[in-house]
Amino acid sequence: MIEPVRRIDAEVVPFLARGCAILGTGGGGEVYTGSLMSLQALEEFGPIDVVTLDDLPDDGLLMPIGMMGAPTVGIEKIPSGREGVVLRDHVERLTGRRVVAAMPSEIGGSNGLLPVAWAAQLGLPLVDADSMGRAFPELQQVSQHVVGRRPDLIVLTDVHGNLVTLGATSGEWAERVGRAVTVAFGGSSAMADFIMPVGEARGAVIEGSISRAVAIGRAVSDSADPLGALVEAVGAVRLIEGRVVDVERRTTGGFARGTVVVDGTGEDRGRALRIEIQNENLVAFDDGAVRACVPDLITVVDAVTADAIATEMLRYGQRVAVVAFPCDPLWRTARGIETAGPRAFGYDFDYVPIEVAGARA
Amino acid sequence: MPAPDLRIGIDVGGTNTDAVVLDGAARVVAQAKTPTTPDVTTGIRAALALVLEAPAVDRSRVTHVMLGTTHATNALLERRRLGRVAVLRIGAPATRAIRPLFSWPEDLRRTVSAGEAVVGGGVDFDGREIAPLDRDAAARFLGSTGAEADAVAITAVFSPVAHEHELRARELAHELLGPEKVVSLGHEVGSLGLIERENANVLNAALTDVAHGVGEALTEALREHRLEAVVFFAQNDGTLMGLDYAMRYPVLTIGSGPANSLRGAAYLTGCDDAIVVDVGGTSTDIGVLVGGFPRESSTAVEIGGIRTNFRMPDVLSIAVGGGTILTEDAGGVRVGPRSVGYELERRALVFGGATTTLTDAAVARGRARIGHHAPPDALAALFEAALGHTDEALADGVDRMKTGRAERPLIAVGGGSVVVPDRVPGTSEVLRPENHDVANAIGAGIALAGGRWEGVIHLDGNRRAGLDAARKKACTRAVEAGADPSKVAVVELDEVPLAYLNQPAARVSVKAAGPLGWI
Repeated sequence: MIEPVRRIDAEVVPFLARGCAILGTGGGGEVYTGSLMSLQALEEFGPIDVVTLDDLPDDGLLMPIGMMGAPTVGIEKIPSGREGVVLRDHVERLTGRRVVAAMPSEIGGSNGLLPVAWAAQLGLPLVDADSMGRAFPELQQVSQHVVGRRPDLIVLTDVHGNLVTLGATSGEWAERVGRAVTVAFGGSSAMADFIMPVGEARGAVIEGSISRAVAIGRAVSDSADPLGALVEAVGAVRLIEGRVVDVERRTTGGFARGTVVVDGTGEDRGRALRIEIQNENLVAFDDGAVRACVPDLITVVDAVTADAIATEMLRYGQRVAVVAFPCDPLWRTARGIETAGPRAFGYDFDYVPIEVAGARA
Repeated sequence: MPAPDLRIGIDVGGTNTDAVVLDGAARVVAQAKTPTTPDVTTGIRAALALVLEAPAVDRSRVTHVMLGTTHATNALLERRRLGRVAVLRIGAPATRAIRPLFSWPEDLRRTVSAGEAVVGGGVDFDGREIAPLDRDAAARFLGSTGAEADAVAITAVFSPVAHEHELRARELAHELLGPEKVVSLGHEVGSLGLIERENANVLNAALTDVAHGVGEALTEALREHRLEAVVFFAQNDGTLMGLDYAMRYPVLTIGSGPANSLRGAAYLTGCDDAIVVDVGGTSTDIGVLVGGFPRESSTAVEIGGIRTNFRMPDVLSIAVGGGTILTEDAGGVRVGPRSVGYELERRALVFGGATTTLTDAAVARGRARIGHHAPPDALAALFEAALGHTDEALADGVDRMKTGRAERPLIAVGGGSVVVPDRVPGTSEVLRPENHDVANAIGAGIALAGGRWEGVIHLDGNRRAGLDAARKKACTRAVEAGADPSKVAVVELDEVPLAYLNQPAARVSVKAAGPLGWI
């Protein structure tokens, strides 16, 4: 049972950061910059409340927020900190309704941290939820899209306060236009999308994400056996423990693609696992057989500390463990699999849940 | 009279300060080892005096002195002699979400900062201005805090792409505070990653006084010994920089030790691709040579609790050295982590002492012939178990550091390297070059002068021109650092496309190096 997080202060941030990195499944951007932003905002504006949908009025607006763009830009042109306020003011002006809470749109990677900084400045609570339960590369790969909502109101802003309001007919269009706006903004933008009344958010968002990230971070930080603690905290299958023996990378169409091979050691000696990557870890193969695949989560962690290793940090010789764990049930619906299953990433095979694929020896 | 052709390499280590004199063919003419002193400078002077006493050394023939020192590292760790810095960031309205020095330990921030400001300016990744440089705000800040500051550190957003705003702000600082005020610029010190570059830049400015202290002490020592030599400092990437350059970029001396020993190992064996195992008294550093230079770490490097983005040598340290103490209890044989350090020749069994060390085990098992007492047979089982543990730790460390499946030679250097076995799994052979115990000082002595440039280039049709410009900038820096302009060459070029953007751009890092020019 995960203990619900009710408040985020400076003490919680490092745990949240470790958890977000693990839920980033190799992508989602580094969590260091977001941690510093959060710590500064919490110091300046005080701790933030974390609430459930039931704590909020049904007719108030829920505003999911996050950054879109290149991580390299994010570590150089750091946000102004006012992005959340600019987005909220604009949304309220456009809709004539009050925003009562914010929410991370993506709990995995840096986007799990930035909303903490913005919520602190806004003086708003964060809803204990997100739109992915992990990290995904594209804008339409969110829970709201899976349940059939259209992104009819997306607001993008930059450090200057420039605003673009986007009414997209589909998630795919939102991705295409949003990406172009992001480039025009200088490679990164702050975004609020799938803004909706609290009453309509039930079932359309993935609840408990913040508590889950913090619980994961605490488990690996407090334990003498971080890897065991991680496995227990998320109900993971240990796919392999071993060392990285091959890393291959290439960048095509704005995505970092590649493969990583982990050679088993100890009990896993004689086995090897191949992971295919497109910004995030997509599929794990064992001797040609799928052992885990999207939308389930596949994370490569340090074998000793259980800290997540981002795909760009993978190197020959690292001692790692690869764990996989179940995605939110929403992703296992027909439309969820269509949006973020293996075929959505160009693979010619059907989704096999980790409970089935992971058990194959 | 013989031609002036001698150079002196000095390297300050944790336990010992080593000095060597090399001739024109880079052969070792003399060498010396003295304990490293708390103030560092005394040890350097002692090593220099010792090595100059050697009969083979004609001091009138000494042309260069190369120094790898830990002054800057120690100053940061001990918070001593650090200057006060006016910290100016150019990037508003961006970047306000993390203020300058936010992540610093409070005591270091109080010691170093004379004040911080974020003013308008900076550029995007494609070089377009985020905002015009806010000269008025910069002038107000410099006017109010600049006078009491020893130095100014100016860091602009994406300055590795375009550094115009940093240059203009420096001009302004010199106008307001006088031309002699020390001003450090972000694009000259660090690479992409604003917070890390700003941190490195502020540290650099704070170390100005320390650097001048070392420079003066060394110049003074040379004068005492009547040496008319040119002084170079070792940088953290295994290359050298001239005195003037080192005075401007003292922060680049941090971490030069491991780089020196790697370069020395390459030189002594003629082997450019290898694993280098440097065994000291207390610990062992394992590094990798790629094309004759240290492989660099891909993760952020913390210096005294401050995160920077320096290209430090990728080194794995394990707590095993020649002086490591061996004990046995109910749990079995323990190897370290305590060590007798520089007291090996007094406390080890083979030197008549009472402490059982790893060196005793190496002698007992026939790996070394040193000392004048035979290690007792009664401890045979202990020695065997201890070496077994050590071999395993070394093999594991080597395996972690390997760059690929291919088996490369292992080069064993350092005073404690007798503990390294003749076969290490995953390596093709174990090389033990002559003079391996002063490989670090030799590495400093034979190094090339080097420079680096890192930034973003755009790939739309102009990739070649962009890469050429990057190469040229790196070569210019190497020449500024002291390389011979006619022999400087690019030794490394890294190009990483930017992900999550559908506009072609790449992050490029170029390193150039060349033999020292005659100044």
